[in-house]
Amino acid sequence: MAKSLFEKVWAAHAVRTLANGQTQLLIGTHLIHEVTSPQAFGMLRDLGLKVAMPHRTFATVDHIVPTDQLVEPYRDPLAQAMMEELRRNCAESGITFFDRATGKQGIVHIVGPEQGITQPGTTIACGDSHTSTHGAFGAVAFGIGTTQIRDVLATQTMALGKLKVRRINVRGRLRPGVYAKDVILHIIRVLGVNGGTGYAYEYGGEVFDRFSMEERMTVCNMSIEGGARAGYVNPDQTTFDYLRGRPYSPQGAAWDAAVERWRGFASDPGCPYDDIVTIEAADIAPTVTWGINPGQGIAITESIPDPTHATAADERASIEEALAYMKLRPGAAIKGTRIDVAFIGSCTNGRLSDFREVARHVRGRRVAPGVKAIAVPGSQIVALQCEKEGIDQVLRDAGFEWRAAGCSMCLAMNPDKLIGDQLCASSSNRNFKGRQGSPTGRTLLMSPLMVAAAAVTGTVADAREVFAVNS
Amino acid sequence: MALEKITAVTGRAVYVPGNDIDTDRIIPARFMKCVTFDGLGEFLFHDVRKNADGTDQAHPLNDPRFRGATILLSGANFGCGSSREHAPQAIQKYGFRAVVAESFAEIFFGNCTTLGIPCAAAARADIARLAAAIAADPSLAVTLDVAAGEIRFGGQAIPAEVRPAARDALIHGRWDAIGELLEGLPAVQALATRTPYLAA
Repeated sequence: MAKSLFEKVWAAHAVRTLANGQTQLLIGTHLIHEVTSPQAFGMLRDLGLKVAMPHRTFATVDHIVPTDQLVEPYRDPLAQAMMEELRRNCAESGITFFDRATGKQGIVHIVGPEQGITQPGTTIACGDSHTSTHGAFGAVAFGIGTTQIRDVLATQTMALGKLKVRRINVRGRLRPGVYAKDVILHIIRVLGVNGGTGYAYEYGGEVFDRFSMEERMTVCNMSIEGGARAGYVNPDQTTFDYLRGRPYSPQGAAWDAAVERWRGFASDPGCPYDDIVTIEAADIAPTVTWGINPGQGIAITESIPDPTHATAADERASIEEALAYMKLRPGAAIKGTRIDVAFIGSCTNGRLSDFREVARHVRGRRVAPGVKAIAVPGSQIVALQCEKEGIDQVLRDAGFEWRAAGCSMCLAMNPDKLIGDQLCASSSNRNFKGRQGSPTGRTLLMSPLMVAAAAVTGTVADAREVFAVNS
Repeated sequence: MALEKITAVTGRAVYVPGNDIDTDRIIPARFMKCVTFDGLGEFLFHDVRKNADGTDQAHPLNDPRFRGATILLSGANFGCGSSREHAPQAIQKYGFRAVVAESFAEIFFGNCTTLGIPCAAAARADIARLAAAIAADPSLAVTLDVAAGEIRFGGQAIPAEVRPAARDALIHGRWDAIGELLEGLPAVQALATRTPYLAA
């Protein structure tokens, strides 16, 4: 019988059925970072357990690292303590740690793919909800809590109920100036922030066939913002071309065998899905969020919703709550809204292609007076490549601050934070109340080029007009 | 280690209204700069409970009538967003023993279950009915009967389901899977040996 990738990967990693009906699932690759792992190591010590497969566990540091201070000790003693705790835990257990000194440090969801650790047909877990990013390679990847990190450390497995699979086809061709970020913001807007509960999303169709790996990662990254615990794209030649020659990719004869195996994991033609949704690429516009969850987005050409036009009491209440927090006017154009901060980075949009695209368009332009603009590469490798290509200089010349790799202002567990009710045009993934570090800070999610357009005009702007994007 | 069989939770309840209450709202990221979960309880819902100057905002958890409540009521998609276990840890350390909502985000639900916090889903109208009853009498005793799948209060009963696998784990004292997962280790090693990318 024809099977989906999810079914095949699940079957290949199912150890046994547990008493409550869940599956004990083998997790081939475990990624850890400084924020959610220390308590798990503490639990292991309390139980007298050891890490079962240290060679299948990989660590990096991303959430708390300052992007403007490389030398330790960090100014924040709590950040320094977390850093040292991770270092100690990795050393004691024999876990590879991509620390800053290795030159390979970065946001965990950028490091895994970059090193070739993320591979098709594998299971991946990490104590971070954006672990779905790795699904871009045809892996089944789950964000987990700290107690489950303990489980994976101790047994290389976790207890999990099987997900349903929703196939999301994006048909046709994206219009110029429309990016992967717009595709996922549009999908979440259409299906809702909890539309994916209980599902893994399988993304496909012509748009995904043409997408680069980095574009696929941007979409898979935000699956969780649509409620889907996992999201993936079937592996194809684009996947294999990306992985060839990476440090952890198979080499020589093993490479050919691996590619053959990986191809076999792709969903079979005609396989059954629990649900199928089709979206027309032509319907997707550059998208901006106006509210306090990632589903509250509109096309740049649309007006901010008016609660009096809401069809349900619930919808009305949620629009009112969002507008009150965001201090935005119902019915007004989102375009032209003044911004205070522009942030380009994060596990969603902190990759080389994001910075290349921005640099190509901002060359010779200037960040508007009064706007603080920061560009934060997602990894040291991304940073180095940007510096080789002169991208950092283009951005600096335009008035952006060019920072060191980390999560930075996406969640503000480091010095990069909004102040007061600053409004931030952000290429990150969440616009929740207080997400960017100030309890009254406001976030507008958009693609990196839209952030750049906002930075140079000082207002929410249509990047297609600002940069004359037409091809 | 034998775990407690969580068949029911009885106590007072507090209603925190709203849909899509995310884990950043439950515990803002800056309070996650810690290497243990101790002390997270006091920061539960911090930024919607406290003003910048440290004074209280109007919030159900600041209302002295609901102090000591052990059952948290809320709306749809509760616990969405970040996978941080700090959120259920903060809820538990604050003193809650159960969460009742219209629906739950997936990762949050799993994290709660693993800590022995039942997450029961109830219909919107039923939650409104319960919320009205506790607003009228904050001292009302509320029982979430995990086994029976209902909530009883003041002579009324409403359906409240904990999903089957979680319900089973809670009522049989298997909510922390570690013991069972460890028992499977020989089978895990055998499967890993047969799995090409792990065998290498």
